[in-house]
Amino acid sequence: MASPINAARVRELVDRGARLLEVLPRGEYEEQHLPGAVGIPLKKLDAAAVASLDRGGPVIVYCWDSI
Amino acid sequence: MYDYTAGKHDWLARGLPVEGTEADPPAAHHVVRSDVVTCDLADRVGDVHERVIASPFGFALVVSEHRCLLGRLRGSALEQCDPDSTAEQEMEPGPSTIRLDADLRALVGRLRERNLMFAVVTDPDGRLAGVLRRSDAEAFLA
Repeated sequence: MASPINAARVRELVDRGARLLEVLPRGEYEEQHLPGAVGIPLKKLDAAAVASLDRGGPVIVYCWDSI
Repeated sequence: MYDYTAGKHDWLARGLPVEGTEADPPAAHHVVRSDVVTCDLADRVGDVHERVIASPFGFALVVSEHRCLLGRLRGSALEQCDPDSTAEQEMEPGPSTIRLDADLRALVGRLRERNLMFAVVTDPDGRLAGVLRRSDAEAFLA
């Protein structure tokens, strides 16, 4: 279960090496994404895709908003 | 695993940096100014009026201790009210605001339509980021 965090906490965790994962469609990711974020659209989020992330540290997932 | 629940929309609205092909479109954060007069609810209106006269804006913004926007004191109102009254007594509560990622072209269009010279800018938590002058936005887009 993922722990909900706010923007300030995102920045703290990223400063400590956390990875960012955006799950929006590819086009939206390419237009704008958080610095350093990896883009894996939700529909393509499978075991192989997730394996490409660094599993040694925390991962922060985000979408457009909470709706 | 963490979930940034408020998402990219929240990040952009805070004016935080992004990467990408549309990373830096003209937006409010490019021209927002932080030199607007601010005051507390308990501040004496006469004192606030003096500071407004000396400022580049014709109004003051009332904020909480955490800089959350509570209201506005227009210069015209400050001239007419009892100088010993408080900001809370004389302010217009809850002014309209925009976010730091507001599209500058669309914003200038709206301000022109409504004959407005300024827009108050806050973050998604309601904390004051500053004030945007329409003339600054127009100059930036020129």
